[in-house]
Parts: sequence; structure tokens; C-alpha cells
Amino acid sequence: MMQTQAMQTKAAANTMDHQSIWAGAEELSVLTFNLNGETFAIEATVVQEILDLLPETHVPGSKPFVSSVINFRGKVIPLADIRLAFGMEVNEATIDSRIIVIEHELEGEATLIGIRTDRVYEVTTLTRTASEPPPSVGMRWRADYIDCLVKRGGEFVILPNLNAIFASQGDRPAVANG
Amino acid sequence: MSNPDPISVFRTEAAECLEQIELGLLDLTRDLTDRAQVDAVFRGLHTLKGSGAMFGFDALAAFTHHCETAFDRVRKGDVPATQELVSAVLSAQDHMRALLDTPNGDHEGVSAALLENLHRAVNGAGGEPVAQAAAGVLVADVPVADGVKQWQIRFSLPANAMANGTNPLALLDELRDLGECRIAADLSQVPGFDVLDPADIHVAWNVTLKTAQGRSAIEDVFIFVMDDMALDIKDVTAAVAAPAVKVVAPPITVAVSKPASAEAQPAAAPAADAAKGKQASNENVRVPAERLDEMMDRVGELVIAQSRLTQLAGGADDFGLRSVSEEIERLSGELRDTMMVLRMMPVASLFSRFRRLVHDLSRETGKEIELITEGETTEVDKTVIDRLADPLVHLVRNSIDHGLERPEDRIAAGKPAKGQVILSAHQTGGEVIITIRDDGRGINRDRVRAKAEASGIIQPGQTLTDQDLLQLIFQPGFSTAQQVTNLSGRGVGMDVVKKTVEALRGTIDITSRPGEGSVVALRIPLTLAIIDGLLVRVGKGSYVIPLSAVEECLEISIEEDLRSRGRSFISLRDSLVPFLRLRELFRTGTQPDQHQKVVVISTGTERVGLVVDQIIGDHQTVIKSMSKLHHDVDTFSGATILGDGGVALILDVAHLVAAGQQQEAQLRAAG
Repeated sequence: MMQTQAMQTKAAANTMDHQSIWAGAEELSVLTFNLNGETFAIEATVVQEILDLLPETHVPGSKPFVSSVINFRGKVIPLADIRLAFGMEVNEATIDSRIIVIEHELEGEATLIGIRTDRVYEVTTLTRTASEPPPSVGMRWRADYIDCLVKRGGEFVILPNLNAIFASQGDRPAVANG
Repeated sequence: MSNPDPISVFRTEAAECLEQIELGLLDLTRDLTDRAQVDAVFRGLHTLKGSGAMFGFDALAAFTHHCETAFDRVRKGDVPATQELVSAVLSAQDHMRALLDTPNGDHEGVSAALLENLHRAVNGAGGEPVAQAAAGVLVADVPVADGVKQWQIRFSLPANAMANGTNPLALLDELRDLGECRIAADLSQVPGFDVLDPADIHVAWNVTLKTAQGRSAIEDVFIFVMDDMALDIKDVTAAVAAPAVKVVAPPITVAVSKPASAEAQPAAAPAADAAKGKQASNENVRVPAERLDEMMDRVGELVIAQSRLTQLAGGADDFGLRSVSEEIERLSGELRDTMMVLRMMPVASLFSRFRRLVHDLSRETGKEIELITEGETTEVDKTVIDRLADPLVHLVRNSIDHGLERPEDRIAAGKPAKGQVILSAHQTGGEVIITIRDDGRGINRDRVRAKAEASGIIQPGQTLTDQDLLQLIFQPGFSTAQQVTNLSGRGVGMDVVKKTVEALRGTIDITSRPGEGSVVALRIPLTLAIIDGLLVRVGKGSYVIPLSAVEECLEISIEEDLRSRGRSFISLRDSLVPFLRLRELFRTGTQPDQHQKVVVISTGTERVGLVVDQIIGDHQTVIKSMSKLHHDVDTFSGATILGDGGVALILDVAHLVAAGQQQEAQLRAAG
């Protein structure tokens, strides 16, 4: 009983997030990229820059999700690996690997964060009519880490919920139950 | 950006204005006869009222008006300045702040109560209400038949007066309000059209005024422009009545350019001083702090780029390049130093607010307190000043509330009835030391111990050094106050004080002698943005240790390292120092270097050795804070960018020392 309620609340919260990212608009301009074979997308307006791999500095004692920092134009910014948040395998860096630098609000403070990706595709437009909230069952990933899924040319593009991911600092799912 | 919101500019200026008023009032509490301060306060109130009304802060303007009226009467000598009056206006001034912050809030009740207070202070037990007094002054243009005098006034304004916001027509209107006026413009100084600047004033005015008001009322019309203008007021009543060439009152000439005549000196001197102050303040530029921070970031990046250039130039054979690189190195170094100075502010701005606090506390507690401030010109980074304000308030409150005794107790203890609180600041090396010293009863160690035992912070009977015992008062949830007074329990606790100081990379020392008082010393690094660091290598990573914490560096051979395994102590001149192997702490997974070094760091009394693979050298470090995603990592206080563009983490000394002490405690417990 409690669980159902909790799930309903969660679903409701997701729907709200789901609506908020579109902010009433029918179309959303996004940057698509590849993480371990899946296509993800981040709102294009938050993307600051796409970087080639550069020297990283490991931060001893930090969580694997944000295990290092990089020098981005004279600023020291954290490098996050959201593959870990989704429980994905971390592939070796390839010649296609890139870092996407986004500006994200953490506890009310605009913060620059680098995100590791296996490959960056393009800036494209997603339509709201093709989007749907994450299914509450049948998914390997934590549902609250996903804003919505958007159907596009026979495959799904995943819009991660960065707020949820960074707020919980990419804690791994306690092995998702379904 | 270039057109700041006028309301916010008004707020900033009004806040400054209130500060000036407060300072003036506090000076008055020392010397009630200080005319210059009475004038300064009046002027401040008048400005506040005027600009408040102009920007739509009507409640503020209306309220301030009453205070202004009260002070006007003091200024004119109608009522004496009393401690009650000054106190009443001080609390009224707090209310003005509230009116300024929330102009639409419900302030009626407070306003009325404060005005009632003010009214009592001005009129003693039963006089005319303030409001009426105000009306009396403001609607003073009802001519009284007898006592009407005729004045001959001549004034001219500085050429740029209109650019500064003076409206000569408004001045003339004000003169007209005083009584029957004949105004004649003197056009003799107007230049020809070819050189005429239409924005300047070239006209002087001769005014003949019949009024029952005194000379001071006429002077008041010019009170805000008097510093820069030429004004000549003559009483010509007698001359009109009996046409003899006799001037009844000596002419008062106030002109900054000309030395004042002997008779006019008392009036002219303060005016000249005020003019001097005005000049000094005109040279300041108000810049939002964020812009300074942005600039600091740029300078930081420049310093980094420059050190890369130096490296490149050093490797090349090009002498031209090398000399340019050296030039840029010098310039960027100077730029950085200049930039650092820009952010520095004298601690006077921090200390000044304590005069008010002490004044209030003295009234609340019934203790007689004298606040002495020393070293107010010591300069500290602005951020430090902003962040230290609350902790210092708490420490001063503590000194007064817990430290100082009541006057009768002090006399019984053979001390002067008046307690002293001394706030002082001075700079030593890269640190500023701010001390709060009182001559009260000192910290009662037995009570501290009892309280700490009761709240489970220490074990009953646990042996502690004196310093450790005193430091207990900074533990969360600690308070020795037997009764909760109005003072304690407000604002931050002592644990927050300690946290704030540590966040500024500072430390707190306490010394206390029973019966003689306590000294709390805050040691704060001079600047937050740049530190001198020691660059070391651990495994493959580079790390920076703040140089101010480094005591010495020793070599430790592999054999010694192996021998000391299991105890992790080195003996350093007969004392054992625990050490941490950073290689293990950071899990580098690398083999120790052949010639490992131990860097001994300390925070005041506690020391710990850090085993590193290599000492690279000293390094001027621009501190970059870590993002919130790394806030759970407390081994590092920040990061910096190296000459090659790589990132080095800055070790948090306080945390490492604590970790070392913990390890020592564990080993002691085990062994």
C-alpha cells in the first residue's frame, strides 16, 4: 500500500518534471550524445562547450560519479560520469570521446559541470508529442533519473533528469527492482 | 548595467546615510555639546527625508521628518542634547532601517511608540507634542509683526552647481517662504556668448528679505550648498531705520577658496572640514563586489597564462621572447598585487558597528562598558570583513554577557566599575590577528568542565590541557550561561563562530585568567584568493600545501619508513609527531619514491607530518573553490591551476591535522 502510494507520488513528480522541461513549448532544441550505445539528449541552452578529452586530475576520496576535476578556461570544474548513475559499464576513452560542459544550478548556484560522453552527435529538435514519461516498470534505470523518453526515427532518445542525478550525486540504484 | 536601478542606489546611499547618522549619534553620546556632530546628524536626517520622499519612501520620509525636527531644535539651541534624546533617535534610526527595507510593511505601531519616546526626550515630562513642534518649524512663514528684520543677502553658486543637482530657483523659493522678498539677479559676471557654457551658473543674486526669522533660518536655506558657495548675509534693519553706515551683525562669509574672516571662523572651520571630507569621498568609486571578483578571476587566469609563457620562453633560445616574457611577468605580478589591494578594506568598517552594540548592551545589562578599538586601519580582504561580522558580534556579546561583571561586583573585586572590552587588529606576516579582550571574570574552567561532562562532550575526569578545555566552548550545543538572558541565544553560537573562522582558513586561540579576563584571538589569512603554497608530488598527482602551515621538511629513507610502519611516528627534536602517508590516504597504488619527504604542518599547537614522494617547490596559488559536487571531500580546501594547465588540489591543513591527531589517539588507545 505504502509502496503504491510512493510510486504514485513519484510518478506524479515525474510528470511534473516532464512538463517543466518543455515549459509549455512544443519543441525543444537539444544536443544528442551517446553513452554506452544509448542516445541521450541535453537541452541545448545549458550546453556551454564541447571539449576533446584533456588531462584530468583525480580527486582522492570523491565518489566515482565525480572522481576528477578538469581545467576549463581557468576554472576548475568537476567531471561527472552519468554512465555510473545509470549503472552502465564505463568504456575506455576512444577517439570519439568528448566532454560536454553544461551550466547547471546546484543548490541555487550556477555551476559548470563537465559530462563524459562516448560520442557527441548533433543539435536537433525534439517534439513534445513524441515524448512520454519513463515507464515505471521494465526499466533497468532509476525512473527518477529520467525526465522523459522521446521517440525519434525508430529509437528512443533519453532526456536525463540532471536535477535528480546531481542532487543525489549519482548514487547508484539499490539494484532496481524490475 | 550602466543605468543602475535608482531605487537600489537610493537604498545604498540611504544605508550609508544611516550609518553616518549612527556614528554621529554615538559620538554625541560621548560629548553632548559637540555642535559639529549635531549638525552632521541633522544634515543626514534631512538628506534621508528629502531623498526618501523623492523615491517614494513616504513612511520613511514622514518618520524621519520628526527626528529631523527634534534635532533641528537641538541645533537651534531650543532644547539641550540629552542622552535620552540621542538614545531615542538611535532607536528611531533602527526603525528607519526597517522602513527602508520594507517600505510597505506595517510600521504604524512602532513608529508611534518611537515618536512618543522621542517626544518625551525632547520635551521632558510634559511639553508640546513633537508633531506640533514640527508644524511650528515648518509653517514658520507666518510673519510676526514685531521683530521683523530686514536682511540683505548676496549669494553666488559655483559654476557647476546645477550639474551637482542644486536648483537655484528652489533656493530663491525657500527664501520667499521666509518673508517678503525682493530679488535682483546680478548679471555682471555673465560672459559673452562666444564663451558662455549654458550649463554653468554665472549669475549672482542680491536679495532683500523682510522676515521675523533669525539669521540661522536664512543660513538653513543654503545648508546643503554652503560648502562651495559664497554667501553674505547682512542685517540692514538698523541701516534702513536710521541711514547711518553701521552694520549691526558682522557679515558671515563662507567661502572655501578664501580664508574666512576672524569673526566667521567658528562657523567656517567645520564647513571647511566638511568640504574636505566631501572632496575625499568624491574620489571613491562605488563598484559592485561581483565585478571585483570577476576581475580577480581574470587576473588569476592571467597569472597562470603568464607562468606558462615563462616556461615556454625559458625553454626557447629566443632572447627577445625571454625579455618580453619577463616584462609580462613583472606586469602581471604588479597587476595582481594592485588587484589584491583593491579588495582590502580597513577593519574600521567592521569595528565601527560595535560601538552601537556596546552602547545597547550597556543599557540592557546595566553594566558599565568602555569599548576600545585599536588598529582600525589594518586592512583585510572584503570577504573576511563581511563574514567576520556575525562571529565578532557574538564574541563581543559573550565577553559582555559572560565575562564582564556588574559594577558592584567589579568594585568588590578591586577593579574599576567600568568594564573594558578591547577590540584590536594587527597584521603579522600573511595573517591578520583580531583580538577581543575583556577585563572581566575570565572563563570559569570548572563550570566549562562540568558542563562538558554533563552534556557528554568529554568523559568525566578526562585529562585535558588548558587550551583543550577552553576550546570546549566552541563545541556545538555548549553554553555555560546559567540563566538565559536576552543576549545569549541570539544569532550564532560559538560553534558557528569557530566554523566561520575555519572556513576562512583561520584559527581561534583563547587565553583566560580567572579574575583578570579573557582574550579571544582570531588569526585570519590576509587574503582568500591567493596563497603561497608548497607544491608536492604524491604518486602521479600534484598537491599544494599552504606554506603558512608548513613548519619544516625532512627526508625519510625507505628503511626508516619500513621501521616506522605500524607506529607512524617520527621523532622530531625529542617530540613525537604522528604522520600520514598521503600515498596511502589517496590510494595512489604507486611505489614509494626512493627519497620520500615528510612535510611537517601545524595549526598553532598541533602538528602532523605528511609523507610525500617529492617536494617540487613553492608555488603562488590562485585558489579556485571546488564545486558543490565535491563538498563531501574534506581533505581538500580547493584547487589551483598549474603552469602547464593541469589542476593541483590544495590540502586542507586543519582537516589533515585532525586526522593525524585521531590516528595518534587510536594508536595510543591501542598501544
